[in-house]
Amino acid sequence: MDGYIIATVIKAILILAVISALAGFGTYIERKILAFMQRRLGPMHVGPFGVLQIAADGIKLFTKEDFIPSGANKIIFMVAPIITAATAFIALAAVPLLPEFTLFGVTVRPIVSDMNIGILFVIAMMGVGLYGPLLAGMAQENKWGIIGSARTAIQFLSYEVVTGLSLLAPIMMVGSLSLIDFNTYQAGGIAHWIVWTQPVAFVLFLISGFAETNRTPFDLLENEAEVISGYATEYSGMRWGMFFIGEYANMITIGFLASLVFLGGFNPLWIIPGGLAIILKVAFFFFLMLWVRAAWPHIRPDQLMWLCWKVLMPLAVINILITGLVMMA
Amino acid sequence: MEAIAFYIFAILITGLFLVTVFSRNILYSMSSLAAGMVLISGLFFIIRADFLGAVQLVVYSGAIMALYAFGMMFFDATRDVKEKNTSKYLVFLLSGFSAVALVVIFSAPAIGKHIEVEPIAKGLGHLDNVHAIGAVLFTKYLIPFEVAAVMLLVAMIAGIVLASKRMDESLSEVYVGTDPETEKKEQK
Repeated sequence: MDGYIIATVIKAILILAVISALAGFGTYIERKILAFMQRRLGPMHVGPFGVLQIAADGIKLFTKEDFIPSGANKIIFMVAPIITAATAFIALAAVPLLPEFTLFGVTVRPIVSDMNIGILFVIAMMGVGLYGPLLAGMAQENKWGIIGSARTAIQFLSYEVVTGLSLLAPIMMVGSLSLIDFNTYQAGGIAHWIVWTQPVAFVLFLISGFAETNRTPFDLLENEAEVISGYATEYSGMRWGMFFIGEYANMITIGFLASLVFLGGFNPLWIIPGGLAIILKVAFFFFLMLWVRAAWPHIRPDQLMWLCWKVLMPLAVINILITGLVMMA
Repeated sequence: MEAIAFYIFAILITGLFLVTVFSRNILYSMSSLAAGMVLISGLFFIIRADFLGAVQLVVYSGAIMALYAFGMMFFDATRDVKEKNTSKYLVFLLSGFSAVALVVIFSAPAIGKHIEVEPIAKGLGHLDNVHAIGAVLFTKYLIPFEVAAVMLLVAMIAGIVLASKRMDESLSEVYVGTDPETEKKEQK
C-alpha cells in the first residue's frame, strides 16, 4: 500500500514536470512553425535558432510583478488561473501515457490512476477546466473580460455535446470506458484502428477537440482582433502563464485521447516500439493544431454555435444510430 | 481512510453551499455552488461509484455554466447584490421548513435502523460499475428511465418552440437591425 502511494506520487510529480516543460517548449515550437509557414524566421536571437527563448520568456514571466487590478474580485481573480492549470493536469491522471515498461526490475504502468471510466473522467475534467476562463473574465471589471467569459460559456455549451456524442460510437464498439481497453482493442495493427471504422467520429472529435482547447478556428475566448485578449486581458506574469500552461497541457491531452481512441494508442507500429509510436502520434496532433492555426481564419461565436448544434450534433447522432444498427445486425 | 475522506468532503461541501446561500456577491455564490457540485462527485468516487461521479462532473459543470451565463446577464459580478425580501410570511415558511428538515435529518438514523434495504445490484457483483448501472437501468428500472427520457424530450421540444422565433436567420442579422429594404420603406 505504501509502495503504491509513493509510486503514485512519483508518477504525478513526473507528469507535472514533464508536461509543463513540454508546454513551455510548445510555445517555442508554435512560434517557429507559424513563422516557417508565414515565411518569417521566428525567435532567433536567444541561443542557437532561438531555442533558449523559452528560458528568456520563463524568466520574464516569473519575475514580473504579481498584479491584481483595482475593481477586480481578488479571490476569484487569483483562483481562476489555478483552476485551468490544475484541471488540465488532473485530466492527465487517467490517461495511459506510455506502454508498461520495466525499470530496475519493477514493472511501471505509466498511468496515475487506472479507473474503469477513464475517458469520461478526462472529458469531465477538461470541461471543468473552462471554469478558469469563465471566472477570470467575470472577476475583472473589464468589458473585454466579460465578453470573453460570455464566449467561454457559449463555446462550452456548444462543443461539449459534440465531444460526448462523437466518443460514444467508439465506446459502443469497445464496450468499455477505460482507455487501456481502447488500446488493447486496437492491438492487431493498423487495420484494427478505430479510425477506419469510425472516420466520422474521428473528424467530429478532432473538431470539438479544437474547440475544447480553444485553438484557432475556435479561439473566440481570447481573439486579439476582436476582444483584445478576452478573459486574459488583465492578467500578466505567472497567472497568465498558468492559463497558457493549462491550454498547452490540454492540447497534449487531446492528442493523447485522439491517438488512444482512434489511432491505435501505444501499440507497436511496424518496427516502431509502442512508446515512440504514441509520442509520434501526439506530436503529429500537436503539429496539426499549429498547422490549422496558420491555415484557417477565426470564426464568429454564432458560426461556432451554428456549426456545433446544426451540423456536428446531428452528424454525431446519425453516426451513433448507424453504429448501433451495424452492431445489432 | 474512507471515513476521513468522507468527513473532509462533507465539511467542504457544507461550507461551500453555506457560502452559496449567504454570500451577497453573485460571483462567490455561483463559484462556491460549482465547487460544491464538483466536490460531491468526490463522495461518489469514495463509494466506488465512478460512473456516477464522472456523470455528476459532466452534468453539473454544464448546468452551472448555463447559470453563470444568466448571472452575467442579470447582475454586475463585481458589485454586491442588494437583496430585497420584505415578505414576513416567506421568511416564516422557509425557516419552518428548514426546522422540519433538520428534525428529519437527525431522526433519520433512528428510523433507518428498521428499514431493510434490498440491494439493487443483487447478482450483478461480477459486473463492473458501468455495466451494472446499465443492467439495472434497462431491466428493473426501465419504465422510470423511459419516463425520464420522455420528460427530457418534452422539455427539449418546449425549449425549441420558445427559441425558434426567427431561427432561420443568423444571430448577427437579428441583432444588427433591419435589412436595408425595410429601412428604406421606413424612411419614406
